[in-house]
Amino acid sequence: MKNDYIIELRNVTKSFGNVNAVDGISFGVRPGEVVGLIGDNGAGKSTLIKILSGVHQPDSGQIIVRGREVRNWNAAKSRDAGIETVYQDRALAPQQTITRNIFMGREIKNRFGVIKVKTQYEEANRLMREIGFTSKVFDPDSPVATLSGGERQGVAIARALYFDADLIVLDEPTTALSLIETAKVFGFIENVRARGRSIIFIGHNIYHVFDVADRFVVLDRGKVVMTEDRANIPAAEVLIKHMQEIAELGHATEASPA
Amino acid sequence: MIGSGTGAQQQIAREEASGLIKWTRNNRRAITSTLFLVVMLIGFTMANPEVFSQFKTYRSVMIALPVSIFLVVPLVFVVTAGEIDLSFPSVVGLASYAFVSIVDQGGDPLLGIAAALLVGAFLGLLNGILVVRIGLSALVATLGMNFFLRGFINILVEGFSIAIPEVRGTLIHTLMTDDTIHIVGNQGIPNQMLWALAFTALGVFLYNRHSFGARVHCVGDNPESAAEMGIDVDRTRIMVFIFTGIGAALAGVFSVMINFVWWPTTGDGLLLPVLAGLFVGGTPTWGGIGTVFGGAIGTTIVAFIETGVIAAGLTGFFTQFFYGLIIILSLIFQRFNGGRVR
Repeated sequence: MKNDYIIELRNVTKSFGNVNAVDGISFGVRPGEVVGLIGDNGAGKSTLIKILSGVHQPDSGQIIVRGREVRNWNAAKSRDAGIETVYQDRALAPQQTITRNIFMGREIKNRFGVIKVKTQYEEANRLMREIGFTSKVFDPDSPVATLSGGERQGVAIARALYFDADLIVLDEPTTALSLIETAKVFGFIENVRARGRSIIFIGHNIYHVFDVADRFVVLDRGKVVMTEDRANIPAAEVLIKHMQEIAELGHATEASPA
Repeated sequence: MIGSGTGAQQQIAREEASGLIKWTRNNRRAITSTLFLVVMLIGFTMANPEVFSQFKTYRSVMIALPVSIFLVVPLVFVVTAGEIDLSFPSVVGLASYAFVSIVDQGGDPLLGIAAALLVGAFLGLLNGILVVRIGLSALVATLGMNFFLRGFINILVEGFSIAIPEVRGTLIHTLMTDDTIHIVGNQGIPNQMLWALAFTALGVFLYNRHSFGARVHCVGDNPESAAEMGIDVDRTRIMVFIFTGIGAALAGVFSVMINFVWWPTTGDGLLLPVLAGLFVGGTPTWGGIGTVFGGAIGTTIVAFIETGVIAAGLTGFFTQFFYGLIIILSLIFQRFNGGRVR
């Protein structure tokens, strides 16, 4: 297969003390695909995401962005590479305004660091409408602490939207959301896919992952134990069966291993 | 309208939010402390109209107040970033010692100022390294630094003070401490007050309009999120300590320029009034939010307490009592701008 990955990890490891949270993972994302990343608690999903987003530095292995290896990987470099992560905790600063949260770490500013306050406010306003914030109760100057869980998710997604990321990582995006809010997140994913951008979708709810992903990557104890295209899996139940086998045997019996 | 009535009424009020209402909402902490200052001054004026209708009363406060303002402005950044710096009284002492010893030996005062700023920035960096890199508690480490640096000063000069009467009449001294704007006769607003106002304006700008201020807010509010969004959290925290060191150096230089004397105790009495001013001004202890303008107002409130208590005919024994009363009252007022978040 041609190497046309946006980002690729090769043999990446990360341990905390004597726990090998990520134990030699190789994995890449192609343009326009939605990768469902699944695995039980402690499988290494969160650590893998934090390596992708630059919050953790891998102990060993390579990170290759568009065919070129990047050294001294960190969060700023990850965002510069066009990767935006919507964290499970939304990565928001609750006492700050919606605007400041959207532009956290990447303010619209001139070369002296002076923030273009008006531009930021207007962009935040536009983004809020774009993701369906029609409430008049809050405006871009409202603190994030006044928003509901789904609205906070919206702010985190607005951030990814604004920076027009090539790859958006959604870490458990439907956790603690209402049905309507969950539907909104799915609509957003379809929207991103239609624009030719890629998504990594991490989820506990296999039905949710099954509905949106083009390809599944299953992690177990820090290793990739299965990768399979959606086309080869007839139904979510089949995927769940594989997952159960993996939990019991450490590998799947039918689908092709990684 | 906002803050009263039912939820529906509130919603309507917000929908109609005009520029002024928004401005009030975004600056309510600074507005609260400003109102508090006004009410307090009205109270003092009613207690002693003669003293508080004279310009010289205000001028006497404005002589030393700027020293506190140079400290409180960067301290707002420190507290917003979720840290604290208690070493500033001794940084004032040591940085101004660098200034005074250069001037005392016939050096150019500007060179002395540069040396003081360098010492202040270096001590700030040292604080930052102790707290951020080595991971000590900011409260304890900077308190330790306060004792350590004061001890260092005492060992260095063995109790002797240094007078620099020669600066009188020099251009730099005139620019820093004369009265340029005259109000009554040849008495006016001391220049150090204008410098302090300019410094406050710079602080307000950095805090609200510059990416440094935005990052300080985010780091103090949620350091994990800030790191996830690519902010260099450690660097931001170290920078606020360096900023405080620079503010302390300026405070020290102004203090010596105003008094013509450097004492081994220079800066010593500033710890509690400046911290009180910071919190009275509306910056809460828990980080993430604050107000630079409010901080300057808060130190002004504290500076007027002693004058007001004496002018009201009470003895000096009441000063501390009123310090405490006003700190607690002002915090109760600030409580209406939102309770503790942690």
